[in-house]
Amino acid sequence: MQVTLKIFRYNPEVDKTFHYETYTLEAEETDRVLDVLERVKGQIDGTLSFRRSCAHGVCGSDALRINGRNMLACKTLIRDVGDKITVEPLLGLKVVKDLIVDMEPFFDNYKRILPYFINDSPPPADGKERLQTPEQRARFDETTKCILCAACTTSCPSFWASDQYYGPAALVTAHRFIFDSRDEGAAERMHIIAETDGLARCHTAYNCTLACPREIHITKAIGELKMATITGRLD
Amino acid sequence: MANVHQFDVVVVGAGGAGLMAGLYASRTAKTAVISKLYPTRSHTGAAQGGIGAALGNLEEDRPEWHTYDTVKGSDYLGDQDAIEFMCNEAPQIVYELEHMGLPFDRTPDGRIAQRPFGGHTNNVTGKPVRRACHAADRTGHMILQTLYQQCIKNNVNFFDEFQALDVLIENGKAAGVVALELATGELHTFHAKAVIFATGGHGRIWEITSNAYALTGDGIALALRRGIPAEDMEFFQFHPTGIYKLGILITEGVRGEGGVLINGKGERFMPNYAPKVKDLASRDVVSRAIYMEIREGRGINGSNYVYLDVRPETVNKFAALDGRTNPDGTPYTTTGEQILKKLPDIIDFCRTYLGVDPVTQPMPIQPTAHYAMGGIPTNMYGEVVVDEKNTVLPGLYAAGECACVSVHGANRLGTNSLLDIVVFGKHAGLRAAEYAKGTDFTPLPADPQGFARQQLEALRSANGKENVFQISQEMKKEMFDNMGVFRTQETMTHALNKIHELQERVKHIKLSDTGRIFNTELLNAWELTNLLDLAEVTTASALARQESRGGHAREDFPKRDDANWLKHTLAWKKNGKVELNYKPVVITKYQPKERVY
Repeated sequence: MQVTLKIFRYNPEVDKTFHYETYTLEAEETDRVLDVLERVKGQIDGTLSFRRSCAHGVCGSDALRINGRNMLACKTLIRDVGDKITVEPLLGLKVVKDLIVDMEPFFDNYKRILPYFINDSPPPADGKERLQTPEQRARFDETTKCILCAACTTSCPSFWASDQYYGPAALVTAHRFIFDSRDEGAAERMHIIAETDGLARCHTAYNCTLACPREIHITKAIGELKMATITGRLD
Repeated sequence: MANVHQFDVVVVGAGGAGLMAGLYASRTAKTAVISKLYPTRSHTGAAQGGIGAALGNLEEDRPEWHTYDTVKGSDYLGDQDAIEFMCNEAPQIVYELEHMGLPFDRTPDGRIAQRPFGGHTNNVTGKPVRRACHAADRTGHMILQTLYQQCIKNNVNFFDEFQALDVLIENGKAAGVVALELATGELHTFHAKAVIFATGGHGRIWEITSNAYALTGDGIALALRRGIPAEDMEFFQFHPTGIYKLGILITEGVRGEGGVLINGKGERFMPNYAPKVKDLASRDVVSRAIYMEIREGRGINGSNYVYLDVRPETVNKFAALDGRTNPDGTPYTTTGEQILKKLPDIIDFCRTYLGVDPVTQPMPIQPTAHYAMGGIPTNMYGEVVVDEKNTVLPGLYAAGECACVSVHGANRLGTNSLLDIVVFGKHAGLRAAEYAKGTDFTPLPADPQGFARQQLEALRSANGKENVFQISQEMKKEMFDNMGVFRTQETMTHALNKIHELQERVKHIKLSDTGRIFNTELLNAWELTNLLDLAEVTTASALARQESRGGHAREDFPKRDDANWLKHTLAWKKNGKVELNYKPVVITKYQPKERVY
């Protein structure tokens, strides 16, 4: 089948502002959008720039706005989006070149919520693992799936309004640690996410949940965090 | 001089090995980690099934058994001192990851959960043993995230999206790294006392591969250009179960959970090739079995793929036939719900890319280029060794897939790559920091960026008619067709000639992006030169080795030949040609014998 791609272009070394280029090429309906972008770059226009790596939805490099919705280009097939495809960079982060955005504010927000395991108690005397029941492990399973692709955060109207908002991805990571029975940093993190740039800026637009390529129920996870800050309980 | 940075230790690459090295080195030395990707984009994150360690959480297991299984899996080409070291370190390092917060799955009594994997056995009964410690089917993702998080906690310095282009070696010692900052197009010099390569694999040489676009063998290519050899490059692992046509990995954990391979006649065929462990034989054995079935016309509908079947009714039927039991002795059975819980990502991949639901339908699979057993030669402390006598190159280290210790020999066992990256990443980091403490900076050469600049300029200024994408496609197809699971003198000679042709053609490309900011076209072209160099060294090493061993299967020399070939290949690039030499394998406890599964 023939597909027509309309792609956002911006080269800061040449362009005063962005424009769109249209490319038409042959594709299979089972091709990934990434496959088609690769062919545009390889065979039609070598100047087209975008990030990609694993090509199967686990590294998080190629989150893009495809027909207006945030998706991973490598996890979206032509048959999912049809033969007229508009590809644009994520919203809310500065465009550096074409489909490449500045990821630094995103990772800066991630770092603000103490995104690491905190437990200063000595591990068991036998040197082995800390124990955790399968039920305790299941409590935070979903939020361990996050690949930091930024599809959620850049779909969030609150983040568009202010990149000082931690955003859904950072809150997902906070959830992953706060509900881990082994972690001892919950109080400190709860204090951080209860600040102005934290949970209060989530107005349950639900965009994050729809955007997540890992099918994490982000709005629900944020809801659990909100409940925990109100009740002070972590069950 | 602009853009010069000084660090005691510079780590190149931020996957599991690089992060582990960075974490450990930074405890005592001023350390930087430079990576062409954001660390969490590294391909460690794609590893699925588990990390091997004889914890014995579900049944009896011992590091000695893990050692023997790895030696046997390596087809006796692995160095036994290094293998023993790795397998003995395994339990402690897995506990260490757990203490860092890694969310392993749990047994009912709260310990780290373990599952069976190919080639891992109880050495007394010969039956599969539960040794793979797992976090669902995203164990690598959890290792990558956990290590990156710990690096943030410990304030490790990162230079994200910096592409290493050259390693500086002065007076026989490592002196630093030259890298391109992708966001600006500027070159940077990292002056260092010690350099650790942790740049990952080079599976992008092949058409069907589980490897990320980023896996272009940069570390090995840089080393070759600086006169350092590559070891055992002919041994490349084809994982038996890649998604048909796409090559995306389907973990061996599927077979660990009871999945079986089925041919076009609807028969389970692995018992014909590995009567004892059947579908859980090691990867080289299973990949060859699939090719043999296809060659005999027993692919699905006569085509070039077979099925991997993990439907509960299939699993339960064959588990009963095999007499498989749970740890408490009851018969092993599973349900669709349990499979979904244990293999969520695999099921997601199949639904997304194939429109197939593995709980109700079998998955079409074919072998996929997966893992480089070969790489930059090192000893078991991660120190790079540069000749037949294992002479250390002071200040240069390598760990993970880009290194060849050699713990994987001619064929790597599943779960041992995650183990390799954390064990040898850690020790390379410790060693490098210790070395840096006792040495001064080697002065930089007059123009440290010269060689890197020259390579980029050659690509930028080339003004021919050739196309990078086209050359890349031709290389991949040639290597998959003629340097794949089975090889002969004829196919390999064909491949080598083709690679030489492509190496010439790449000099006559024409790039259209003349900019500096994120010039990914230039980067793709440079990476292609790396891939071509590695394809050449791989093929030349393979042509010379007149035997079949592990991942190197020759139809014209179908038997292993210990009398002549129980030795490691070393390949140098000298004056545009590949030169080969050999060094002995370290054998301690296990004398080579016939390898039967």
